[in-house]
Amino acid sequence: MLKSKVKLITGLLVGASVFATANIAGAETLRLLTWGGYAPKEVVALFKKETGIDVKVTKSNNEEMIAKLRATGGSGFDLAQPSQDRIAGAQFEHEIYKPMDLSKIKADRFIRSMLEGTKKNTTVDGKVYGVPHVWGTSGLVLDTQKAASVKDYTDLCAAGVAGKVSYRLKRPTLIGFAFSMGMDPFAAYNDKAKYAEIMSKVEKKLIECKGNVKSYWTGGDALMNLVRSGEVTAAMAWDTGGWKLNKEMANVTFVAPKSGALGWIDTFALPAKTKAEDAAYKWINFVMQPKIAAMITAAAGNFTASKGADEFAAADLKKRFQSSFPAADIDNIKWYPPVPAGLEDIEGKVLDRVKASKSN
Amino acid sequence: MTNKTAPKLGLILLMAPLLIWLFALILLPHVDMFMLSITEKVAPRVYETGLGNYGEFFAEPLYWNTYARTAIMSILTTIVTLVIAFPVSYYIAKMLRGRMKAVLFVLCLLPFWVSELVRTFGWMILLRETGIISTFLQWAGLADQPIEMLYTDATIVVGLVYTSMLFMVVPLVTTLESLDDSYIEAGYDLGGNGFTVMREIVIPHAMPGIVSGCIVVFMLSLGNYLTPILLGGKDSLWFTEQIYAQFITRFNWEQGAAFGFLLLILSSLIVWGGLKLSRQTLSETMG
Repeated sequence: MLKSKVKLITGLLVGASVFATANIAGAETLRLLTWGGYAPKEVVALFKKETGIDVKVTKSNNEEMIAKLRATGGSGFDLAQPSQDRIAGAQFEHEIYKPMDLSKIKADRFIRSMLEGTKKNTTVDGKVYGVPHVWGTSGLVLDTQKAASVKDYTDLCAAGVAGKVSYRLKRPTLIGFAFSMGMDPFAAYNDKAKYAEIMSKVEKKLIECKGNVKSYWTGGDALMNLVRSGEVTAAMAWDTGGWKLNKEMANVTFVAPKSGALGWIDTFALPAKTKAEDAAYKWINFVMQPKIAAMITAAAGNFTASKGADEFAAADLKKRFQSSFPAADIDNIKWYPPVPAGLEDIEGKVLDRVKASKSN
Repeated sequence: MTNKTAPKLGLILLMAPLLIWLFALILLPHVDMFMLSITEKVAPRVYETGLGNYGEFFAEPLYWNTYARTAIMSILTTIVTLVIAFPVSYYIAKMLRGRMKAVLFVLCLLPFWVSELVRTFGWMILLRETGIISTFLQWAGLADQPIEMLYTDATIVVGLVYTSMLFMVVPLVTTLESLDDSYIEAGYDLGGNGFTVMREIVIPHAMPGIVSGCIVVFMLSLGNYLTPILLGGKDSLWFTEQIYAQFITRFNWEQGAAFGFLLLILSSLIVWGGLKLSRQTLSETMG
């Protein structure tokens, strides 16, 4: 019995290894775990022409990226693009990333301040795990005629927009409401008790506000449809969503809230068991060239950390950016600091309770 | 000697795919899940063995409320599906002959040629505030402002009933077809009316079909994820959603695994209770 079991297991192992080697033997590929729009087809084709490497793109989001890499212990992908604040905690808890070899990255292609900031925020035990790629903000997407009264996140709970509001039940909403209620959640990141107190106040506010909400949106497309149909006039969303809608509906645009838009930077990070490290570095250096970066900006709608790419960005996008962000609002952007491990448990329960509460 | 071992080897070989399937894809993951569910996350990187994850479920009213809600709505879905599907199946199995029968059967099957996601979006297009039904009602003068029909519990039930209709119709048609028409005639000859014939002859005969249909529909509703999320909106609370949230957005696999096990226990208990109530056995209904 035992013998047959051993045989069975060896058989399975042999089969699996044959499968694995067959994969390696094929053309060199880079398996990229990223967001929609970050690896447009034209860029992938240009990369293939220059280096002969195929890029296999998997679109995802922050939570799924961590879950996927955690499930496999960091294999299955060669390069991932989590947000910079989500690397340190995940690395500390699950060890899913591999330190970056900064000598292989052409640092002069990056905007210096952004590169240094990201390096600092993604450092665990003295090793750097991420370099910046695309950045943007989240704030308010408004129909400026019907929801002119909304200046900040908390205004979404006002009677004027009752039943016409949508936001996500995710951590950006908690953080945004906390700032808008005059608290500073980022300052409390290292004080769990204080953070829990802030979150319980936000929880109360969000439960009060629930009656105003049409629906908690879960995907960008669902939100766009809600706004397009006029069912929602005020929402919490990413800047690009607002600008995309602005192309179709002149009234709708992205507005930086009074308490400050929330700034995020998506990075490049190497999964712990990456199989194509060289190809990953090649891709990073390739897409950080100003012209290529501008192509990604055109596809994703967000600007990159590439130095000099602004010159090549489309004029209408620049104009939308400038009208949403007067200079003072740019200084007011609240950049996400790295999330210490454990805070997400507190937030998770708050979100659960908001979801479960009865709306009136 | 050889005669004895040869058929045995053959049997083992024949059984092997099934056994490997059961062991590697069902038993092993469940053992793994169970081990995960009795691991407690005390602090980052610190884990302990214990039943804390199950304790958490009973300590937090939110979780068992969702759990009870999911079970009750699934039972409601099952009952509604049965009430709608029984006349349909009776009509297909007993009233129709030949071609019409096949046509109606295919009509029941038709919605299943597209994926569940597409069907659910279809419902959303129909029911949303700027959707087809709302627009039609306004055009017909029956409503003076847009009506929101999405994002309520009733919408979830409608979606679930639609999704699971076929799984009730098929077993019902099969059992009803096996009922000899002469029994029904004999019932009328003996002085029964439509109601008593239905109660004394048709329903008892169709009982295995009813029960197996109910079990399948109940399990499908309880384990459904897409329909409650998309149609339920801001108040939708479905237990599978909790499991997903624990695994994916909270990174709390330990809690998620415990919830998964609780769902397994709940569904098994309800199915067992249903079988006891209807005095059926599993082998009879599934056989």
